Amino acid sequence: MFIIMVGLTFAAFGLLFGFAFGWLLHRGKVTDYNVIIDQFLLRDFTVLKVMLTAIIVGGVGVLALHQSGWANYHIKDANLLAVGLGASIFGVGMVIYGYCPGTGLAAIGTGSIHALVGAFGMITGGILYALSFDWMQAHVLAVWRFGKVRLPDLTGIPDLVWFIGLTAIATAFFVFIERHTVPPHLRRSPR
Amino acid sequence: MVTHTSDLSYSLSYSHTVDWSPYLAGAGIGVLSWIVFAVVDQPIGITTALSQLSAGAAIPFLGSDAVSANSYWAGNPFVLDYGVIFLAGTLLGAFASALLSRRFHIETIPSVWRERFGPSVAKRLSAAFLGGILTMFGARLAGGCTSGHGISGGLQLALSSWVFLAVMFPVGIATAHLTFQRQA
Repeated sequence: MFIIMVGLTFAAFGLLFGFAFGWLLHRGKVTDYNVIIDQFLLRDFTVLKVMLTAIIVGGVGVLALHQSGWANYHIKDANLLAVGLGASIFGVGMVIYGYCPGTGLAAIGTGSIHALVGAFGMITGGILYALSFDWMQAHVLAVWRFGKVRLPDLTGIPDLVWFIGLTAIATAFFVFIERHTVPPHLRRSPR
Repeated sequence: MVTHTSDLSYSLSYSHTVDWSPYLAGAGIGVLSWIVFAVVDQPIGITTALSQLSAGAAIPFLGSDAVSANSYWAGNPFVLDYGVIFLAGTLLGAFASALLSRRFHIETIPSVWRERFGPSVAKRLSAAFLGGILTMFGARLAGGCTSGHGISGGLQLALSSWVFLAVMFPVGIATAHLTFQRQA
């Protein structure tokens, strides 16, 4: 059943891009359980700094690639009941686990035993979701379904205006944060 | 094998090169997204590939036929593809970074957890397992996680992904305050 579906090139790309992603997550400190919990306790804004910077830098570049025909968009369905419910369960789960799926896998590489145990939990969660999929499809996934919509299409506000606005808000927010907070992980002794 | 230097100035300057600014790491992930979108024509994501692995893990329990017949796994079959190899790469990349920065350490109970819930290993590992179940279930129901929705969907200005972010963060903040802050 375990079929090698990809050529060697794609396998190499998977390893290379995954490696870079894991490396960046660790250098950005978001593989640290304490940093993630402190974000949700609003004591350390490292997670938001990493994510919003990635969204803005990534978004402007992918927009340019898309407009010059070098990249396609891959938009997820806006079935908003499922997204809302799923995001709520995810928010609770992420605080109890202390990681999200990507940072959890990366944290295993840094020696986190509890991240590894939680990864087995994620595999179990994947099995439970697959078993409940038919029910979800009948009762949840079809509710408030708006399709693969992008905010610029929905609002008529152009992409670039969104990114300028996001950059302005993020800059103002982070200037404020840098002036008024010292992340606890910078006060803790590095390990 | 980790050797610690007692030379403070060395360890300070060394730690400076190891501790990237979160903005630099975020920008790095953004640039990585450009490359991934252009080269493999798919966004960075984790839980689609994880659900393929859960199909493999379910085979001993449910049987190969039941797994093949499942309508969800029909779309996310147990195959070793780019996405699954990406997961291995993520683990290895963090491992290499931790090793080279001398930050690799076996951690069972992190300090923020210990301060609130004490030194019980069983308690922490049970919570991690339960949290892992909820995290994955929620991600699959929503259609993605902090990577697939949060970063990749967010940077494409997808409605679904911004709804995910707008719900996930407040719920996480509320959960953290309810569970981690001791009642006065």
